[in-house]
Amino acid sequence: MTDYSLHLNKVTMIFGRRLIFEEIDKSLKSGVIYGLAGSNGSGKSTLSKIMCGLLTPTKGKIVHHLNGKEIKEEKVQDYIGFVSPYLILYDEFTAWENLFHFSKIRGMNFDENFAKELMDSFGIYDRRNDYFKGYSSGMKQRMKFIFALLHNPAFLMFDEPTSNLDNAGKEKVYEIIKKYGKDKLVVIASNEDTDLAQCDEIIQVEDYKRKPN
Amino acid sequence: MKRALALFKKDWQSELRTRYAINALAMFILVTISVILFSVGQEDISEYLTGGLLWVVVFFSAMSGLSRAFVSEEERGTTLTLQLLASPSSIFSGKLIFNILLVYLMNIAITFLFIVLFESFVIRNWNLFLLAFFFGNLGIAISSTTIASIISKASSKGTLYPVLSFPILLPLILTLIELTKFSIDGESIADSYVEIMVLVSYDVIMLTASYILFDFIWKE
Repeated sequence: MTDYSLHLNKVTMIFGRRLIFEEIDKSLKSGVIYGLAGSNGSGKSTLSKIMCGLLTPTKGKIVHHLNGKEIKEEKVQDYIGFVSPYLILYDEFTAWENLFHFSKIRGMNFDENFAKELMDSFGIYDRRNDYFKGYSSGMKQRMKFIFALLHNPAFLMFDEPTSNLDNAGKEKVYEIIKKYGKDKLVVIASNEDTDLAQCDEIIQVEDYKRKPN
Repeated sequence: MKRALALFKKDWQSELRTRYAINALAMFILVTISVILFSVGQEDISEYLTGGLLWVVVFFSAMSGLSRAFVSEEERGTTLTLQLLASPSSIFSGKLIFNILLVYLMNIAITFLFIVLFESFVIRNWNLFLLAFFFGNLGIAISSTTIASIISKASSKGTLYPVLSFPILLPLILTLIELTKFSIDGESIADSYVEIMVLVSYDVIMLTASYILFDFIWKE
């Protein structure tokens, strides 16, 4: 099992004059599926971006550890698989070309067999040579999971993982969460009860908002 | 470096399909040179003036196309994807290689057109001109890439790019005009040592500053 952990040290986020959350002090570790819950605008996506090092918090620090060793900030992206509504792949490339370029930019060899296996499991292998702009929103969402899993990361962050997916797609996502949740750190940010039902521990983002006196 | 080259390959393939920058640059070069030719008409223009005009065309052409490296990623919403793929330094290096290639292609085309279309564009010391051309274009590519990364986050990208580039590129363009004047006069490389060193120093300073600054620019 991969020993991956994430430590949030008094993380506070303020946009302009609006406090999103403050002093989140929490440690997350692999083998546990965490859920980020809260109403719309509560800061789930913001927190998920902060956890992945895509956004700098106003105060506080995030530290990633793999097998007890701290991961350098400039290397963190190599250990993260991220799915989000904000994630957009390249329209001018085919799905297969997208995956090829992603592997190369990550400094890896393109593992065609693993890419085929992932595309097959999401039922889009037959459409691998179609331009990404021709994909439906559900197929694009499936491709985001392949993008997140292709480099076999130790930390998986799924923000609204089942949006745009049909029932078969949702079942596939839950299967992935269960499979990878056993030995990787999996965090799901969602409003959907069925998504959050997959989690072992729920973090209510709104609990970290200062209550008015 | 391997990652930067992979990003460059992705950008080049993307450019060949979308023609975001190449079309803008080609059209701008054609239009600007045509306007200069029409306005000059039958007048005899001095050799120095032609040398200066060359770098004016280069500056404005660079303004029309080089921002695309980052602006196209921002406009298509793929910046987040890139952030998840590689470290800021790899991304900057990849984009820089892309812009270096684009600047050299663009400026070879501009210089070729100047040689063919302007009789008064006579270079007497080609070695000096090529040396200035090499370091000058490198400087243009480095500065343009960094400025492109800054303005890609702004709402009025089109206006901001030349406004921000002008003061940063001005010392470089002035030195290049001076060196072009020297190469038209046929002066030796040894006599132009100071100006060449200014170019080299500009490139080194801009490259160092760009890598230091890019981490802060790139991350929200």
